[in-house]
Amino acid sequence: MPQIAVQDLSKTYRVAERQSGLVGAARGLLARTYRSIEALDGVSFSLEMGELVGMIGPNGAGKSTLIKILCGILEPSSGACEVGGLVPWRERIRHVARIGVVFGQRTQLWWDLPVIDSFELLRDIYRVPEGQFRATADKLIALLKIEPLLDQPVRQLSLGQRMRCDIAASLLHSPSILFLDEPTIGLDANSKLALRDFIKTLNREQDVTVILATHDMHDIEALADRVLIIGNGRVLRDGPIAAMRAETLGERRLIVDFAEDVGDIDIEGAAVLARTGRRVEFAFDPRVTTAHTLIGRITADHRIDDLSIEEPTIEELIARFYSSHGAVEA
Amino acid sequence: MPATIVRPYLAIFAARFSMLLQYRAAALAGIATQFWFGAIMVMALAAFYGSGRGAPSITLAQAITYIWLGQAFLGLLPWNVDTEIAAMMRSGNVAYERLRPVDTYFYWFARALAWRAAGTLLRCIPLLVATAVLFPPMGLGDWSLRPPPSLEALTLFALSMLAVLLLSSAITTLLNISVIWTVSGQGINAISNSLVVILSGMVIPLPLFPDWAQAFLFVQPLAGLVDIPYRIYFANLSGAAAFGGIALQIVWTVLLIGLGRLLMARTMRRVQVQGG
Amino acid sequence: MDALRLYGRYAATSIKAQMQYPASFLFLSLGQFLSTVVEFVGIWALFDRFQSLVGWTLPQVALFYGAVNISFALADTISRGFDVFGPQFVKTGDFDRLLLRPRSTPLQLLGHELRLTRVGRFLQGALVLGIAVGLLDLSWGVREVALLHAAIAGGVAFFLGLVVLQATLAFWTVESLEVANTLTYGGVYAAQYPIEIYSKWLREFFTFVVPLSCVAYFPIVGILGIDDPLGAPKWFLYVAPLAGFLFLAASLTIWRLGVRHYTSTGS
Repeated sequence: MPQIAVQDLSKTYRVAERQSGLVGAARGLLARTYRSIEALDGVSFSLEMGELVGMIGPNGAGKSTLIKILCGILEPSSGACEVGGLVPWRERIRHVARIGVVFGQRTQLWWDLPVIDSFELLRDIYRVPEGQFRATADKLIALLKIEPLLDQPVRQLSLGQRMRCDIAASLLHSPSILFLDEPTIGLDANSKLALRDFIKTLNREQDVTVILATHDMHDIEALADRVLIIGNGRVLRDGPIAAMRAETLGERRLIVDFAEDVGDIDIEGAAVLARTGRRVEFAFDPRVTTAHTLIGRITADHRIDDLSIEEPTIEELIARFYSSHGAVEA
Repeated sequence: MPATIVRPYLAIFAARFSMLLQYRAAALAGIATQFWFGAIMVMALAAFYGSGRGAPSITLAQAITYIWLGQAFLGLLPWNVDTEIAAMMRSGNVAYERLRPVDTYFYWFARALAWRAAGTLLRCIPLLVATAVLFPPMGLGDWSLRPPPSLEALTLFALSMLAVLLLSSAITTLLNISVIWTVSGQGINAISNSLVVILSGMVIPLPLFPDWAQAFLFVQPLAGLVDIPYRIYFANLSGAAAFGGIALQIVWTVLLIGLGRLLMARTMRRVQVQGG
Repeated sequence: MDALRLYGRYAATSIKAQMQYPASFLFLSLGQFLSTVVEFVGIWALFDRFQSLVGWTLPQVALFYGAVNISFALADTISRGFDVFGPQFVKTGDFDRLLLRPRSTPLQLLGHELRLTRVGRFLQGALVLGIAVGLLDLSWGVREVALLHAAIAGGVAFFLGLVVLQATLAFWTVESLEVANTLTYGGVYAAQYPIEIYSKWLREFFTFVVPLSCVAYFPIVGILGIDDPLGAPKWFLYVAPLAGFLFLAASLTIWRLGVRHYTSTGS
């Protein structure tokens, strides 16, 4: 029985069109024109309890819309969705009591209050029994190392500190599902690593289902077992990360710095991707032509200064995915 | 050349004026509020006058005209401190104002002038049209804004209103400058607003206050914001008395400009000493 | 009721935050006090000159004035969340955060801030009420005290209802509409006089549509122990304050419609 089941979800926004200039503004007062924006177009997937899923997609792809619907703060235009047996937007209060949400760009803590005051306020809002709150809070504070921050008002914290506190805050009521929207944005390298560790532990040891929406491919590679690529309001791809990695097996790149100027160069088994001056970038399939063979063929006829071999990152793969599906940044 | 001296101030005035004219929506909404307050006041006054006692020095029709003029030209009152300037004052960025090749005081004065003028222009026309032109044919002639009794009254009124604009800008600028000397800019607002509203004649027309207070109420500076121009309008102040009223407005304006400049000098010194 | 407990916590945190700026608090409260005093000075001056307002005396009018100002001050103290709802919650999208919490949104908005500075208007209203009571030489029994409480409670509910309606507008237009202020401040202004001075349609508007007179005029007439010059039956004077609560309930229903609209159109 999946914990999250999404079936054919669609969402169309009606946006009033703004006219520019004085005449336009006056016209706008009398008759409004609208245009439709299809944010989601038939999204379907399901998640079991305890999964850690990465959601990736360009801006405007529909990630935020999808998350909002799953959280229950937005109603879809059509389609079905159930989270833990509840329809999120219909039973908002019961539903949100069971989930935690962290938005990377916005804090859920009270700006002028010391962190601990925010925590206690949340305890009352979520009706967490005192004993349970103490235990959970102590554990989170220790794990996220936020003990020295507790007495400081949120506005005085750095981004990394604030993020750790926000994560703690989202877990105080022990939700079974955690939504993370760009949690590592703007964080320095150390903070990112620490955060990833924490999320991984949370998911593995406490069986918290995690949905991570992000641009950062490294987050996904580090954490997710499964990735959903969203583009143009659709799920472009839904599958385990391992499968995506396997696809990169068929592609390698050989970058050669020639010792002399070369004209149109044509090597069997490789395609020229790019050239700048004496540097040429070749693409080849190592399963068909080994690197060894290729290098041999090149050096047979030319002298070279330097070479290096690269494999495409998952990032590139995804970017290619986007463009091949016409999913550009909106 | 007088023209070149004035040019930067004119430019500032024009720029600010056209920017503020954009706030149409807010102005429209505000008109409804003012209309309401005016209506309640007018009805209350009519009921009070109905007692037949009290020997008021202005008639009910004049009092009603006073009220509507007050609501129409509400934008001229020296309400709130310019928040931009207040923030500048507090952060010390005001020192950067000195980088401009203009006299800072008159620069701010021009800003205030634009603010008052723009705010008033948006709101006064609908109210004036409604209460002066539309009311009588709607059978509300008794509640309407009456026309001035003579061309002389109207002309003097126009002059007096110009003086109001200057006086109000002087007060506004003074308030803006004094922000730095107070703990909280909002505090000044709260207190000055109350004083302005009652001493100008916006709460009730000044002539309706007790007789023993009339002399004081007439000479204090805020009377020149509301009371003097409107009494000139319906010729309650006419001829020499009208000129006297306008003179009072101008005298107070000059005094407040002088005070403002003094305070500005002291403030700039203080800002520089504190490092801004 | 743990909603009450939660509100208590909201209130405590808000007070704590405001107390960090004592000077600002004092000034603002003083300002509030002055601005309301100034209104009353106007009324006093009019009575000083004209002696009577269609038969009503100053102490009687002061009773109306004091009661409605107390009601509004109390409502104003807790309504800030709704006052800033448009710019601070809808425009910024922060309303989403409220929806993500397992509590009713009105409760959360009430808890947003407790505006202590409104004590200025409250004190002023209480002062005027106190003086009025002293001058009026009424008998103060259970009946009168109950009526006064009912009037104030009904008044608070009524003004809250207005504020909720005003905030609900923000769901449909992001421009904050000043028009709503007409109703709250305008309501206080209108209620400081006995409604007799208003024209018939306005009186009916204030009784049956936006029930200002039900919470400000009728119960006070009951306290004064006189017959309503407009002919309202005696039992109505006691029941009228309920209209404030009905009005609030209606506003909250419209609020829910607004939330529905928000969640289906997105921000």
